[in-house]
Amino acid sequence: MRISEAFLHRPLLIVYICAGDPSPEATVDLAKRIARAGADIIELGLPHSDPIADGPTIQAAAQRAIAAGMNTDVYFEAVAAMDVDIPKVFMGYYNMIYARGLDKFASDCAKSDISGLIVPDLPPEEACPLRDACIDHGLDLIFLVAPNTPPDRTRMILDQTSGFVYLVARTGVTGVRKDVLQDTKSLIARVPGDVPRAVGFGISTPAQAAEVIRAGADAAIVGSVCVDLIAKGEINRLEQLVRDMKEAINAVDKSKAPIVC
Amino acid sequence: MPETLIQPLTELAEAYERLSRDVGFTAELDDMLKNFAGRATPLYYARNLSEKLGRKVYLKREDLVHGGAHKLNNTLGQALVAKRMGKTRLIAETGAGQHGVATAIVGANLGFETQVYMGEVDIERQKMNVYRMELMGAEVIPVKSGSRTLKDAINEAMRDWASSFECTHYLLGTAAGPHPFPSMVRDFQSVIGKEAREQIMQAEGKLPDSIVACVGGGSNAMGIFTPFLDDRSVDLIAVEAGGRGLGKTDKTADNGASLGCGDDGVLHGALTKILQDPYGQILESYSIAAGLDYPGVGPQLAYLAETGRIKPRMADDKTAITGFRLLSELEGIIPALESAHAVGYALREPEALGELAIINISGRGDKDLATVMEYENL
Repeated sequence: MRISEAFLHRPLLIVYICAGDPSPEATVDLAKRIARAGADIIELGLPHSDPIADGPTIQAAAQRAIAAGMNTDVYFEAVAAMDVDIPKVFMGYYNMIYARGLDKFASDCAKSDISGLIVPDLPPEEACPLRDACIDHGLDLIFLVAPNTPPDRTRMILDQTSGFVYLVARTGVTGVRKDVLQDTKSLIARVPGDVPRAVGFGISTPAQAAEVIRAGADAAIVGSVCVDLIAKGEINRLEQLVRDMKEAINAVDKSKAPIVC
Repeated sequence: MPETLIQPLTELAEAYERLSRDVGFTAELDDMLKNFAGRATPLYYARNLSEKLGRKVYLKREDLVHGGAHKLNNTLGQALVAKRMGKTRLIAETGAGQHGVATAIVGANLGFETQVYMGEVDIERQKMNVYRMELMGAEVIPVKSGSRTLKDAINEAMRDWASSFECTHYLLGTAAGPHPFPSMVRDFQSVIGKEAREQIMQAEGKLPDSIVACVGGGSNAMGIFTPFLDDRSVDLIAVEAGGRGLGKTDKTADNGASLGCGDDGVLHGALTKILQDPYGQILESYSIAAGLDYPGVGPQLAYLAETGRIKPRMADDKTAITGFRLLSELEGIIPALESAHAVGYALREPEALGELAIINISGRGDKDLATVMEYENL
């Protein structure tokens, strides 16, 4: 499914998992369960040796996955084997794409039924070659906006991104946080809604997911908390969390959204 | 680079661009280099080494810079930039500890809160330097992720900076990483080559046939090479860590020779040569010299190697140990194990030096005595 089709039925819940943790086979099964529990898009992380945008939870998952035999070939096999009816999105670091060759990487994504790519260490200024490859293979290339991205740069990123724009809820790296910051809400408020806005980094509870939707986001992205539950083998709790989050964001009545500044 | 770091990098690039043309800034830096760091360093005619090699060899004595290595040239420059940007805290990565020590020195002297990320493995290897940093008020933070060495310390410092940039300057120690670091570090280290050029002209009335420097990330090499880049008659020889040899496994390379053995790739925000597996996972590098134990190299060095302007060469652990011993015996100068790679290469291939050569002694070897003793007892 295309990402744009998924956004016809917002608000959306986007779930990230690290492919290959604990094993490639487990990832195929987990993706199906997460989709069945109500996720609208699934982000499948390709583990990298040097994940500079990630906090300890996802770093540890990446190391486990690499140790369990995950690599780019295995990744595409596993993703192709996932029979889910929601969009699959690649998330990973640029050197892994560069090493395979941009066109081959994009072609392998398309063959594995991936709809889009998120590359957190690739700024749009350096992304022209990959964007061309994505266009050739009908893929969205999703860029990120951070709380400290200046307004003119935000505009540029909105022009470059396709599918949706990934709003980084707070500075720093991925990981679980207690509160949704006022900063996050003002970020949502200041980024124009002409492209769907998905908010991630630090969202771990149904209440937090609902809060970003209430603040105007079109989707909530949840990652580290899911990766953590997978690490603990608590798959039933993971499914329950996905169900609760989906329910919480669906319950948000956006007509009553508070004015934020 | 993650989007969160784009704005801090842009602000740093702008501030540096502005300050590099600011007379007050350069005067303050020059004063600190002279009166605090102890510059200019001598260009010493190594009589005994010259006799042994049958050609004239000069040593650029960066081992005499305060702190014991060239690293202070860069930390002073960046700390003064950080001060003028209103930052109150410095963070740095360190491998062998020399850059960490040089950061702790400027942190103490210029009044910054200083935290240094250092791999757990390196903390174990370099206890003295950890203590030196702590004495000067810096906090050493052990890095437990990944291979627990230099590249992971850089990752951890970047993660810190992604949330602390408002009050914190990331003081990167080598001519690698994202813009503006490769050019800024090169510029601050170019004082080495500027002095050497004047000194050799004064001593010999002509340019050298060759300059030899060791390369990890490349800060001492870019520092001494840069003022000679347009002098095509001067061979610029970049000696990388050959380590145990050319082998590699799934996760590790037996060397630190990114120019010699690496492929094109993106690491720490730069397209350069890196040691990696076919899928793009970064390999753990290896060298007896912790300062050369890095799986990447500065992007400008990778470019200069590709255009043929510099000659990448390798010296393995054994060659470095030979250089370490011989320079100590012949000249009474104990070089850092990093610099000993350049010396060892010169001893192995003297004909590559031409008739007149400069070897950059980037640091002193006191920090390496335990490592060398352990190596020789094996």
